[in-house]
Amino acid sequence: MNPFSSGTRLRDMIRAIRACKTAAEERAVVRKECAAIRAAINENDQDYRHRNLAKLMFIHMLGYPTHFGQMECLKLIASAGFPEKRIGYLGLMLLLDERQEVLMLVTNSLKQDLNHSNQYIVGLALCALGNICSAEMARDLAPEVERLLQFRDPNVRKKAALCSIRIIKKVPDLAENFINPASSLLKEKHHGVLITGVQLCMDLCKVSSEALEYVRKKCIEGLVKTLRDIANSPYSPEYDIAGITDPFLHIRLLKLLRILGQGDADASDCMNDILAQVATKTESKKNAGNAILYECVETIMSIEDNGGLRVLAINILGRFLSNRDNNIRYVALNMLMKAIVVDAQAVQRHRATILECVKDSDASIRKRALELVYLLVNESNVKPLTKELIEYLEVSDQEFKGDLTAKICSLVEKFSPEKIWYIDQMLKVLSEAGNFVKDEVWHALIVVISNASDLHGYTVRALYRAFQTSTEQESLVRVAVWCIGEYGDMLVNNVGMLDIEEPITVTESDTVDAVEVAIKRHTLDLTTKAMALIALLKLSSRFPSCSERIKDIIVQNKRSLMLELQQRSIEFNCILQKHQNIRSALLERMPVLDEATFSGRRAGSLHTAISTSTGAPHNLQNGIAKPAAAPIADLLDLSSDDAAAPSSSGGDFLMDLLGVDLSPASAPSGTSQPPKAGTDVLLDLLSIGTSPPAQSSSSASDILSSSQDNKAPLANLNGLASLSSLPANATSPASPVPMMDLLDGLGPIPQKHEENGPAYPSLVAYESSSLRMTFNFSKQPGNPQMTLIQATFTNLSPNVYNDFLFQAAVPKFLQLHLDPASSNTLPASGNGSITQNLKVTNSQQGKKSLVMRIRIAYKMNNKDVLEEGQINNFPRDL
Amino acid sequence: MIKAVMVMNTQGKPRLAKFYEYLPVEKQQELIRRVFAVLCGRAENVSNFIEAESIFGPDSRLVYKHFATLYFVFVFDSSENELAVLDLIQVFVETLDKCFKNVCELDIVFNYSKIHTILDEIIFGGQVLETSSAEVMKAVEEISKLEAASNAITLIPKSASGWRSR
Repeated sequence: MNPFSSGTRLRDMIRAIRACKTAAEERAVVRKECAAIRAAINENDQDYRHRNLAKLMFIHMLGYPTHFGQMECLKLIASAGFPEKRIGYLGLMLLLDERQEVLMLVTNSLKQDLNHSNQYIVGLALCALGNICSAEMARDLAPEVERLLQFRDPNVRKKAALCSIRIIKKVPDLAENFINPASSLLKEKHHGVLITGVQLCMDLCKVSSEALEYVRKKCIEGLVKTLRDIANSPYSPEYDIAGITDPFLHIRLLKLLRILGQGDADASDCMNDILAQVATKTESKKNAGNAILYECVETIMSIEDNGGLRVLAINILGRFLSNRDNNIRYVALNMLMKAIVVDAQAVQRHRATILECVKDSDASIRKRALELVYLLVNESNVKPLTKELIEYLEVSDQEFKGDLTAKICSLVEKFSPEKIWYIDQMLKVLSEAGNFVKDEVWHALIVVISNASDLHGYTVRALYRAFQTSTEQESLVRVAVWCIGEYGDMLVNNVGMLDIEEPITVTESDTVDAVEVAIKRHTLDLTTKAMALIALLKLSSRFPSCSERIKDIIVQNKRSLMLELQQRSIEFNCILQKHQNIRSALLERMPVLDEATFSGRRAGSLHTAISTSTGAPHNLQNGIAKPAAAPIADLLDLSSDDAAAPSSSGGDFLMDLLGVDLSPASAPSGTSQPPKAGTDVLLDLLSIGTSPPAQSSSSASDILSSSQDNKAPLANLNGLASLSSLPANATSPASPVPMMDLLDGLGPIPQKHEENGPAYPSLVAYESSSLRMTFNFSKQPGNPQMTLIQATFTNLSPNVYNDFLFQAAVPKFLQLHLDPASSNTLPASGNGSITQNLKVTNSQQGKKSLVMRIRIAYKMNNKDVLEEGQINNFPRDL
Repeated sequence: MIKAVMVMNTQGKPRLAKFYEYLPVEKQQELIRRVFAVLCGRAENVSNFIEAESIFGPDSRLVYKHFATLYFVFVFDSSENELAVLDLIQVFVETLDKCFKNVCELDIVFNYSKIHTILDEIIFGGQVLETSSAEVMKAVEEISKLEAASNAITLIPKSASGWRSR
């Protein structure tokens, strides 16, 4: 009979559970068994107690509740027989949770068993204590465990050593009691005890600096000698793994040496020789040998600097990288990732091998290697590395392309030495894996293209070529149609030809063909098609000869099932048919997009998203949004859901100003747009032409006052296009650009921007030694109660302020609205400023004047600074 | 420190679960399920390491080995050497093999408590206790003998009296 099986019934239960075909059957069997066990517990059945507990442990492993068996464990532990105690202690370790009151009950039994005459019972008690010991038990039982460290039998000694680790982890104060017995364990000959002794010393050094000093002084030479002995020792079969003598002991010793050598030059000196010996002599054919080398490398990298050893260590990792075993390559990459902080130069030497690992067949190795390559890239090697990565992109797995693309794009953006290289690389990525490129990446590309005026022609030709070969890559098509729309004429006329280019002959109608392909290809999504439609519209003014054909394509799309395309086509058709006079102005090339503000916006997008969700204006973070910063998506009017989007207040402005809303009947004939859909700027522009031109100034001012912002119309153009998904009410500190510019072609528009009421002198509202805040006031005509205040903050100190936040409070008769600030970083010494718009509505205007309490918080040198003040000196009649 | 040792079969059924940091039983089951979900999707010719931080929290590593119908999974923190743990799994499996003469899944199922005893002789409270399978075998055999002896002494009169009374 197998002495471990407690009678047949445990086997029967396991068989019954195994015979179950469904989870429900299994639950039923377990429920029945549990009921029987509970009944036995209630009857206080002693004969089958340990068999029942064995069953409960099995049930526990399957994931069923077994708390009712906890007291049975305690009873079994207290009983005299060895089998009962064994099962009792097993149950204690598996079933009991950390409820102290139950554990307290077991302390006494443990104490007795630790003093038991049978060493195996002592072993059971130690094992249980090592697994579940609480701080209180640690205090109570530490003397017993300490005594057992000198027990005659090595099996008990090694268990006592590991149990001591648990005790000092629970109660670090007890560490000093263990220092002496632990260091005497280091002189043991028995390998098992030696491993546990080294482990105990390691944990002692971690919790107690006293122990660390002691071991450093007294034991280091002994440890080095032990390591030398086992490294040189002849074959000892018991602890041999794959021909290496006790790799585990090797590793433990190396770990302890690492702790001792860290931050101590003398100790590090002591171990240099043996580390060099282990690093050079260890057999590296098998896993066990590599495990030792790996540990040795980590120790060399962690102890005080020794240049020669480090090079040796990194070379070992380099060798690992070409090992055939996946595991070895994997750990080598992990370690190199750490080593790069210590010695980037040495790691760079293995660049080629690391790059090979990016192409590994094992996905986790590929991922690691890619991360490592990413860390290795700098200005000097970005070109060859990117080239390699892009070449690999062509053949890599689909699943890996996402990661790879993101990393390449990020590298190219970060380290690109020149614009043409950046554009070239991005085009390659777009053609290979355009579907994996994130929106912000190709937005950034468009910003760069727009800024590189000498490369416009080159880029559009390159994009045209790429587009001919890969029409399935969404973001490539988007960038291509955008560029063709903007710079189509350069494509046809070969403007700005570079020496490296091959000449290309593209006719106007070829160009239109390309864009038409984008509209017709059904695999491309709505945004792309909408962009293509805009490109066509733009081309219609660049290529007069093709304008009839373009019109046809646009007319075809008037029947599109996609509302967005349909709407655009109708609008564009109107432009082409009825508004020749404004067309060329309207379809001008886009102004150069501002890179700095785009990247600021990109960085700040998270910020603004947070602040809009918090809601209350007082809590608004300083959003970073300037009108020019509107991402190009806005300018392009890309978003495809504008019909559904509610019009933002900023969006209303232009529309209100033009009176569209007031005269829906005069909306362009033939379009069945409901007036609400007027968020689209083009529609607004269209309605200008047809709406009654004469508008009394009073109604105009009414409209003006009803709009909430007095913004530059151009800013609103952004706002209009940007659709509510983006913070459309970005404030504009810029002076109003007369909207006449935009509408120049429209003779009949009469009204001029009215002067914004009487002028008020600006006011230094707050000034301290570090900060000045000035207020500029303006009124909206027709709404005398409301005052618009533009606050300008200037930094008077030589330090940059971060996380700048302005808050204001007003008494009840005033209403305050704070717009997001232009930035949350205030450059030092007045080199720039933050502006923020406030709107104050004074319900007692004329009777009471404005008053405001302010609070300004910011971080200077990472220290929080708070300034507060009250402003009483507002002009009287605000 | 080793955080957990799990053995599960290729259907995801747990065959041994030992956690060295306390976790409620529901959490244990969830972890076993999540580990299995990752394991069963792994190809044969890949490394034995898995990114475990998403499952077990920060500073955790996972090494597994696949033998016939069983996965042996060790979870541990950065203080252990991954390659050494791989060898430790080997020691554990070799010991089981010696104890059961060609161990198979059924041996582990039916000798649940013995498996625990063997494991307790190799890993103790999350630390490596013994790495020589011969030493482990010696200790386990001693315990078996003791168990058999106690059964012979205590159980026979008890069960005899039990038989008479029933």
